[in-house]
Amino acid sequence: MSRPDPPIVELDQLRFRWPSQPTDIVSIDALTLEPGEHLFVRGSSGSGKTTLLNLLAGIHVPTSGHLRLLGTDLGALSPSRRDQFRADHIGVVFQQFNLLPYLTTLENVTLSCAFSRRKQQRATDVGPIAETARSLLRSLNLDDELHRAPVGKLSVGQQQRVAVARALIGGPELVIADEPTSALDADNRDRFLELLFSEVEAQRSTLIFVSHDPYLARRFDRTIELGAATDIGASL
Amino acid sequence: MNLLRIAIKSARFRRTSLLLTVISIAISVTLLLGVDVVRKEAKSSFLNTISQTDLIVGARSGPSNLLLYSVFHIGSATNNVAWDSYETIDGLDGVAWTVPISLGDSHRGFRVMGTTTDYFEYYRYGTDNQLDFDDGVAFDEVYDAVLGADVARDLGYQLGDELIISHGLVSADFAAHDDKPFTVVGILAKTGTPVDRAVLLSLAGIEAVHVDWQGGARSAVTLDADQALKFDLTPTSITAFMVGLDNRATTFRVQREINEYDGEPLSAILPGATLNEFWRTISTVEQVLFVLSLFVLIAGLLGMLTTILSTLNERRREIAVLRAIGARPSSVVMLIVLETLLTVIAGCLLGMGLLYGMLALAQPALARRFGVEISPSWLDPTQLLIMATVIIGATLVSLIPGFVAYRRSLQDGLAVRI
Repeated sequence: MSRPDPPIVELDQLRFRWPSQPTDIVSIDALTLEPGEHLFVRGSSGSGKTTLLNLLAGIHVPTSGHLRLLGTDLGALSPSRRDQFRADHIGVVFQQFNLLPYLTTLENVTLSCAFSRRKQQRATDVGPIAETARSLLRSLNLDDELHRAPVGKLSVGQQQRVAVARALIGGPELVIADEPTSALDADNRDRFLELLFSEVEAQRSTLIFVSHDPYLARRFDRTIELGAATDIGASL
Repeated sequence: MNLLRIAIKSARFRRTSLLLTVISIAISVTLLLGVDVVRKEAKSSFLNTISQTDLIVGARSGPSNLLLYSVFHIGSATNNVAWDSYETIDGLDGVAWTVPISLGDSHRGFRVMGTTTDYFEYYRYGTDNQLDFDDGVAFDEVYDAVLGADVARDLGYQLGDELIISHGLVSADFAAHDDKPFTVVGILAKTGTPVDRAVLLSLAGIEAVHVDWQGGARSAVTLDADQALKFDLTPTSITAFMVGLDNRATTFRVQREINEYDGEPLSAILPGATLNEFWRTISTVEQVLFVLSLFVLIAGLLGMLTTILSTLNERRREIAVLRAIGARPSSVVMLIVLETLLTVIAGCLLGMGLLYGMLALAQPALARRFGVEISPSWLDPTQLLIMATVIIGATLVSLIPGFVAYRRSLQDGLAVRI
């Protein structure tokens, strides 16, 4: 276990249940993700996807077992330290409504750095923060004229790509995407996935992609399946 | 981008719904500040109804009653002061001047006051304002009259017009001194004091119309205006008189001497002190106004609370986004409090603008109608206190939606399913 680089994600006998519930919603015996790995988490609704997401992001803490990100046991941190950890090391893409409607495209992207000195530092390493955000947006096929636009003017596909830029700015080690393609049509979905993969790879971030759609699983190195709430989750 | 900038942008995004909140806060602030301004102005103009007069003397009675009938021309004296007594007190050591006042008659609802030309010299209101003539001069002849500004305006009198005074305070034809008309020789400028509503005559004039009257009724022998002049028109009694002293420090000594006067029972009051005392008894009105405007403020704050609570649902996704990029629940609360603060500050500024705008617009009309110069001091301590209260109250209220958002952000986490 004396590795110089700890794994990005390390789950060990992870269990979670709400205080009032008789059974575990999330139950994963072991899961380890190395830097740059892409994991597809498949599960139907009610399978505990959302809860797993909240656990990985440090919103919830495990009922038992361990959840280590970059070697840090999230369950041992205070709530505000977990928030800071998320700000510094994780990028999140939601299914929809990823952006603050009162900010421009560019502001939505740079907003990520507002809560994290680390992301801000890493984003400004290459140049001014706005420039970093712009080049990220350009590489996601979002033209300059959209950068100053209020996000309400963007299509759903464009909004999802802005969300990717927001998740990736500042080079977080872990990117969590929760059904990011479910609001997109098939064409847009494939192009979105191409761009997501190429950008995540460019940053050498680890990707956890949650979806109910088995069709997408082919593109990933690894897949796990979350069972119904009563089942024990599959592990690799 | 810090929380404040996010809050500003968020507030601007929601400006339509927040605008109503801003307006309702502005109205409460206008009311609160307005009540305060009116209270202060009313108080200062009331307390300055009469100034520079050291004592007011009348027949023995309570100070408020004496003040009411002698200065405000409200109610009437229980008794008169004998002319002898007046002359004796006028001759007391330390008395610089006296001005006699004789009340009891009226003209079409306005009080008639007999006095001497000294009144125009010694009566002061405000800090040290003398009576000014808009038109004409002080009375000189027996049948000359000087009108207060309201009397001239309301009854449409001009110089040279004739008027008839009625005996007593009800205008009734049977009690009119119609055989002895007075001529308007002067019209006073607006003062904002009871003088505006008075008809001023010389003591001799008052005496002349009563020469052929006995015990409140016309006697059998009537005398016309010219015949009346042949009599000695020095009054036998007056209603009250104003006293000015050489030295203020002797006020209490002179007051005591008058109160202990052997000739007849007299009362001497200090007008300033009595006005102050009187103001305290009528100032409950001002407190009622203040409480009413507080209720308006509470209604405004509740309206704001409703508005913010109703935006919380649409904010759930925004809060999830903020949480996803690492915002703490406390930052979410802070954001809502900041946004409220911005709204309230905008409301306060708008309210102040409304108040001062309205005052500036109303100023000429107020000066004309009431003779009051409203010159509210900008942001005096009371006004700052009022606005600080509004802002602190709003911040406390905003903690409620803040707390709701806090609870939800913990429950929802990153996944909002609406």
